[in-house]
Amino acid sequence: MQVMLLIHSDDTAWNAMPETAKQEAMAAYRAYADALVQAGAMRGGERLRPATEALTVRMRDGQPVVLDGPYAETKEQLGGYFLIEVADMQEAARWAARCPGAAHGTMEVRPVWTMG
Amino acid sequence: MTEAVQRAAERAARDSYGRLVALLAARGGDLAAAEDALGDAFAAALDHWPRQGVPDRPEAWLLTAARRRLLDGHRRRATHTAATPELLRRAALPDDPDALPDHRLALLLACADEAVEPAARAALMLQVVLGLEAARIASAFLVAPAAMAQRLVRAKRKLRDSGAGFALPGPEDVAARLPAVLAAIYAAYTAGAADHADGGALAGEALWLARLCAALAPEEPEALGLAALLLHLEARRPAGRDAAGDYVPLSSQDPALWDAAMQAEAEALLRRASIMGRPGRYQWEAAVASAHAARRFTGETDWDAILVLYDALAAVTGSPVVAVNRAVAVAAVHGPARGLAALRAALAADARLADYQPCWAAMAALAERAGEEAPAALARSRAIGLATDGAVRRFLMRGR
Repeated sequence: MQVMLLIHSDDTAWNAMPETAKQEAMAAYRAYADALVQAGAMRGGERLRPATEALTVRMRDGQPVVLDGPYAETKEQLGGYFLIEVADMQEAARWAARCPGAAHGTMEVRPVWTMG
Repeated sequence: MTEAVQRAAERAARDSYGRLVALLAARGGDLAAAEDALGDAFAAALDHWPRQGVPDRPEAWLLTAARRRLLDGHRRRATHTAATPELLRRAALPDDPDALPDHRLALLLACADEAVEPAARAALMLQVVLGLEAARIASAFLVAPAAMAQRLVRAKRKLRDSGAGFALPGPEDVAARLPAVLAAIYAAYTAGAADHADGGALAGEALWLARLCAALAPEEPEALGLAALLLHLEARRPAGRDAAGDYVPLSSQDPALWDAAMQAEAEALLRRASIMGRPGRYQWEAAVASAHAARRFTGETDWDAILVLYDALAAVTGSPVVAVNRAVAVAAVHGPARGLAALRAALAADARLADYQPCWAAMAALAERAGEEAPAALARSRAIGLATDGAVRRFLMRGR
């Protein structure tokens, strides 16, 4: 099954980190991505730019409504994701626990809808 | 309440919970019904005791009330009342601890019965013997609370339908079924010790189960061996972190930080076990831990002795985890090149090691010492990528 690991974290906390800590965290993410590849579980993943750069778009009465900022007004924002191939949710949870994002934020583990 | 008194009260509370569940389930074989009835009894106690005073024999009172509920036909209760822990503490006032017969060994055996899927056994024990909530157990096993609750409900239903029963087991029965019980307790400890967010609290509960098991089956050397092993592991767990919260590997730990009382208790259990002349995997693993603990007195580690123990363990268990630990011992005795060869052989022999973080951490350390720089870097990256413990991750990254 494919599972999406969504990393929710606080941008301001990240920005407040000293440069060495940021580099260490990036290296940890690279090692994690490598481990996913080595295990044959990696199907994709990206880091997202800060939520402040986001905008939302809706169509209302045939007119587009565009707003600054992310969809959810929460402190922790979607900051990146991994798409992985696993046997079950238990294995997905194990990979989520290994992600550096689990330490500095919250991992959301969502199975992908399988089209019949 | 002082801390010591509170700890004593909590221990007594855990003592009576499992005892009552075991007695209630003994007749009908229905764990869920027993827990529900006990929950109802607690609720009744919450109502009666403040008005009429705590009865002389609170455990017996609860047992009578719960039995009445069982006869009436129990009501479904989703969870125990929030007041349960406090009531348990009151119920466990040490009136006459021997007044009720102890069926908890039967309860432990039932939790590890064939009818219960192996993945559910450890959690089932923590719930029915200690009264822990599913949600409290779930995280340590990396399972969602709802899924864990479901798993436990299913396990209890299967157990009831299988008619496995909770009769007091005979000695032969105990010997045959004990390995599954010990494996489940070990699994509970491992899950608990890995759960740092929880401060390893669940590991302490698993240790309590191991001690209970050793007390209930004192003629079984492996039960004593497991209790000794977990006492040793628990004794040095706090030394695995420094003041800054960073990871400290066993070889760098200050023996003065190990819990001497726990180690002494472990040694006494292991001595008692060894006199019986029936060695086994837990006694050997406890002996390895004991050899490490001896550094407190000798200032060094007897790797020759440890390697002999791992040879025996590897032969008996065929466990890939043992093979990794054995390779580290081989390196300590015969040098990193031979240790590395043993580790690579272990990895080739069992595909499950590919995701086993300590295997790659050991690979990185041994390859580095053997002067194989590129393989060391690759293994280190793999170990970092597989780490769930932030402190271990930091430790590995700074060693680069």
